[in-house]
Amino acid sequence: MIADARGHAHADAAGNAVPTRPVKIRPTGHGGARRSRAWRLALLGLAAATLVFLCLASLLLGARHVALPTVVDALFSYDATSAEHIIIRDYRLPRTLLALLCGAAFGVSGALIQAATRNPLADPGILGVNAGAAFFVTLAVGMFGVHAIESYLWFALAGAISVTLLVYAAASQGRDGATPLRLVLSGVALSAVLGGIASSVMLLDPQTFDALRSWSIGSVAGRGMAVVRAVAPFIICGLVLALGMARPLDALALGDDLSRSLGADVIRTRFLVVIAVTLLSGAATAAAGPIGFVGLMVPHAVRWFSGPDQRRIIAYTLLCAPSLLLLADIVGRLVLFPSELEVGIVTAFIGAPVLILLARRTKARGL
Amino acid sequence: MRFDLRGLAVSAVLLLLIAVAGAVSLSSGKFPIPPADVMRALLGGADENIRMVVTEWRLPRLLLACLLGGALGLSGAIFQSLTRNPLGSPDIIGFSAGSYTGALIVILLFSGGYYQTAGGALAGGIATAACVYLLAYRRGAQGFRLIVIGIGMSAMLGAFNAWMVRQADLPAAMSAAIWGAGSLNGLSFEQVFPVVAMLVFITPILGALSRPLRQLELGDDAARTSGINATRLRLMLMILGVALTALATAAAGPISFISLAAPQIARRVTRKAGVDLIPSALMGALLLAVADWVAQHAFGVQLPVGVMTVSIGGFYFLWLLIREARR
Repeated sequence: MIADARGHAHADAAGNAVPTRPVKIRPTGHGGARRSRAWRLALLGLAAATLVFLCLASLLLGARHVALPTVVDALFSYDATSAEHIIIRDYRLPRTLLALLCGAAFGVSGALIQAATRNPLADPGILGVNAGAAFFVTLAVGMFGVHAIESYLWFALAGAISVTLLVYAAASQGRDGATPLRLVLSGVALSAVLGGIASSVMLLDPQTFDALRSWSIGSVAGRGMAVVRAVAPFIICGLVLALGMARPLDALALGDDLSRSLGADVIRTRFLVVIAVTLLSGAATAAAGPIGFVGLMVPHAVRWFSGPDQRRIIAYTLLCAPSLLLLADIVGRLVLFPSELEVGIVTAFIGAPVLILLARRTKARGL
Repeated sequence: MRFDLRGLAVSAVLLLLIAVAGAVSLSSGKFPIPPADVMRALLGGADENIRMVVTEWRLPRLLLACLLGGALGLSGAIFQSLTRNPLGSPDIIGFSAGSYTGALIVILLFSGGYYQTAGGALAGGIATAACVYLLAYRRGAQGFRLIVIGIGMSAMLGAFNAWMVRQADLPAAMSAAIWGAGSLNGLSFEQVFPVVAMLVFITPILGALSRPLRQLELGDDAARTSGINATRLRLMLMILGVALTALATAAAGPISFISLAAPQIARRVTRKAGVDLIPSALMGALLLAVADWVAQHAFGVQLPVGVMTVSIGGFYFLWLLIREARR
């Protein structure tokens, strides 16, 4: 967990003084570093292997069982007359790719927001970014009659950036700036408002309601290659930008004042983070709907073994978050077999207990 | 206790405004009735048709708006005082999501009527609030933990609710979603009496606890020095707050943001340091009465009132955050 490094007392939303713990700077002794390097490489390998394994499982498992050789054939020597090949190519392959892309996008944007706001509870879902994207998509469907998921993209991007800026602006008014509690509450508040307005748009028109009630849960099923092709460039740009932000974010972890005195450009870092988060969350929400909690859980879990270095956090998140989303999607296919549970529901049921555990484990002042 | 002139004046003005809003709401509609006739109809005079429109169609709805708004305002005041946070409300500790889950199960699986739905909502909401409280309990239930755990529970139940709505066929899903927004459409005197009975039961207990509540605001330790068992008192107050929200939710669905906004607006107007119960209740009644009037008449179609309160309440919420921070 990243605490406020200044170690000053600052105030929560109620105005109570809350002392913050000074950050622990780990000694980087050579012996420890060498021992842990092999360990870290092994972990990285394990994470990558898990991801590959889950991709295969995602192609294999589902309402219709398809054998592994058939999957390989469908990918490399496609036969358009075989029903099983069509299932793999048109249905499971885009679904798997979308889970990979969206998982990486939600996870890394969570890691970025947590680092940039020094807030362990930050997540594109909790901070309202996904709700903003969803709100603009609802408006697009309800008011302009947009129907294809590919064309949700620009609306979702616009929604994501406006809400990111609005939540941050609302939370950072005043002397204490954007404290964790204030950010969480303004995000939740704005999500509630946007959700309420979106639901009224949906209630006015049964067609809109019908079109959005399954999208708004969050699912990667039934999207098709066109959706993957539409969002992939945005997500990949966002991921590259995120990897480039790792070092400046490390400086930011020391607190605004200290990192500024070390020559870091705080404003530029935050600006680029907002751009990256918008690209990632906006594109992923457009494709899969607002899926929460991936961005909250994965960076947290990753920090148990990665330490505070942002490059490692982002790299591990990049491998682990798609694994989580794939796993959730596979679980969703199997629990109600032969019917399916949307991935957004599975992640909420995994993620909410994690949030509750975090809240129980940490003292309020630690946040 | 010091005589509180400003609080009294504010309450009087609020009562006056509620009366004005009531008069407007009783006289407007598809069949406009001049205020003089409304007055006569209420006193038992006037033409029979007019009397029916005023007392049987419009009056129960107005009464429910005021009573439920008042209950929500009180409930919000209790929760904000307990969490010592202007953003605490039963919405935030997951009550609304839980009651929606209960109602959805009744509506979609058992196609239950009004009273079954109310029962399902009560059971769901209370079970959720109890869960959140127990999960947040670690040597006392602390405000911040309550809020974050409530957010988690709400998210989980929200996902489940969305899935239920997705499974159902379109008309049933629409009517469930309208219940979920919170609506006073189609309510009559039959629904007013249980609400009145519950309020008659709850308010005296709350009145007796209002002084200890004030002391609890000073902090657990300070309250303990004046002989108050903070944990037990907090639990009792929380039960009362949940009961008040449960009442409103059972009667009209989860109407959001009234319980959040009313105590804070009342606090600004009375210029008190803390949250005050009576002005909060009156402010809640006024807000809901006005919101319901707007929802009925401003858009051509009858919208559920919850759609109005969520939009108004939300903008208020952001303003609050910005203002609190500027001080």
